[in-house]
Amino acid sequence: MSALLDVQGVGVRYGDFTALSDISFAVAEGQTVAILGANGAGKSTLLKAITGLLPPAQGRIGFDGLDLAGVPAHRRVGRGIAMVPEGRRLFASLTVEENLLVGARSKRSGPWSLTSIYEAFPLVAERRARRAGDLSGGEQQATAIARALMSNPRLVLLDEVSLGLAPVVVKQVYATLPRIAAEGTTVLVVEQDVRQALAVADHVHCLLEGRTALTAPASDVTVADIAKAYFGVGVDDGDSGHDGVDDEGVVP
Amino acid sequence: MMDLLSGVTPGALLNATVQGVLLGGLYALFAAGLSLMFGVMRLVNLAHGDIAVLAGFGALVTVQATGVNPLVALLLVVPLAAVLGYGVQRGLLTRTVGPSPLPSLLVTFGISVVLQNILLLGFSADQRRLPSGDITQRSVSIGSINVGVLPVAIFVTAVVLLGGLSVFLARTTTGRVIRATRDDPDAVPLMGVNPRHVYGIAAAIAFASVAVAGVAYGTTTSFTPSSGPVLLLFAFEAVIIGGLGRLWGTLVGGVVLGVAQNIGAAIDPAQQILAGHLVFLLILAVRPQGILAGRRAVTA
Repeated sequence: MSALLDVQGVGVRYGDFTALSDISFAVAEGQTVAILGANGAGKSTLLKAITGLLPPAQGRIGFDGLDLAGVPAHRRVGRGIAMVPEGRRLFASLTVEENLLVGARSKRSGPWSLTSIYEAFPLVAERRARRAGDLSGGEQQATAIARALMSNPRLVLLDEVSLGLAPVVVKQVYATLPRIAAEGTTVLVVEQDVRQALAVADHVHCLLEGRTALTAPASDVTVADIAKAYFGVGVDDGDSGHDGVDDEGVVP
Repeated sequence: MMDLLSGVTPGALLNATVQGVLLGGLYALFAAGLSLMFGVMRLVNLAHGDIAVLAGFGALVTVQATGVNPLVALLLVVPLAAVLGYGVQRGLLTRTVGPSPLPSLLVTFGISVVLQNILLLGFSADQRRLPSGDITQRSVSIGSINVGVLPVAIFVTAVVLLGGLSVFLARTTTGRVIRATRDDPDAVPLMGVNPRHVYGIAAAIAFASVAVAGVAYGTTTSFTPSSGPVLLLFAFEAVIIGGLGRLWGTLVGGVVLGVAQNIGAAIDPAQQILAGHLVFLLILAVRPQGILAGRRAVTA
């Protein structure tokens, strides 16, 4: 199994604050991996390091066998890394279609084009002439995912796609993921909604306070396991003094 | 108001209005680039007027060295201004981009002072004018009003330039990327766009358009190395009157300013500039968001 994305000992600091320390994991091509963790666990920071928006202080991020160090964010898209940023970050005054066209700027070839996007996302197709700023949250999220796909990425990073959306809309958004994975695209999902993430992921990776707390195939973990890793404490035993890193399946 | 106008015949008033509208075209040329840079990168370029004057001197040197018409000199001056704009943005102004507007104000103010003094060293404080042959004298009569060919040509240039810029921003790939960068400069790198390059393009367009304005100005009026700040002020007023960051607003603002100045001059020639400022202050008081505000903007 050759890794498409290879994160080795990555650490990120904001000034004196260590947001991430010594994170290592690999994602094989075609896999869907979920990064879980509470607010402030460093999930978004990790994605920013991968996209190049925030250069890591230590460690190495490899993509398709090449070191990404020194490659600016705007050049990583051309290599096949796309991101659906937290909060969607659509271009509000542009129409949905214009947003998609900006997403296609890197001119990578592949299965995704306006036609195939509109076919896979009927909701987006319906709204193509609307200003992105006038869309509902769910429509915006679907547009943001479609925009990322327009670059025909090999790896797509989804940052908190369920944030601020109604559960029924979250379900709709997640229903599009298998379609993306079916094109052979590798998906890395950052999520607070554990159930949703477990349903789509092949593998989960749990972060706690900037460190890896758990890494396992999605089929082997339960929501309770994750809750432990998530909070650093056992949920059921109510033992607040328990530091939660010595349990079975938890990486020290 | 009626008392003020009592000494002005309706014919003179109509004439002042028409001339004012045409003058508004020139002001719109000055204001377009200022509006674009503010709209796209939230940057107020205090050296904007001095760039126009620099272009005027550039055209003067070209005309004197080669004997060509100022219109031909544009072919050299405008591309050079665009290159200068891209260079200044990427080399200097890019370092001032941030949440605070102060660094860019200070840096562009510095550029303004430096430019004025360089021009003063090179060209002295003498008044200059671009030789433009007999076109400055030529006019056509419409009823009782004489309309100069040159002001009409400048007005048409302004409309064509603003129209071209609107179409460019609305319809082309680069225009779309400029608008996307204006909406969210932090998100465009994720689409493979380097925002610094986009800002450079916007500055190149702004400098090129104000170079056209500077050459047009130099053919209609005399200028000196220190003319820049006044031109900046007119451009500012046109931008604010029309609505901050609104491209067509610069034409509306320019026309309002031009008409106000010309009617003021018809009442009392000494009060031309004051009349423009008063109308500007009046609009700032009653409609600070500008005349075109509330409409969907291309650049803001």
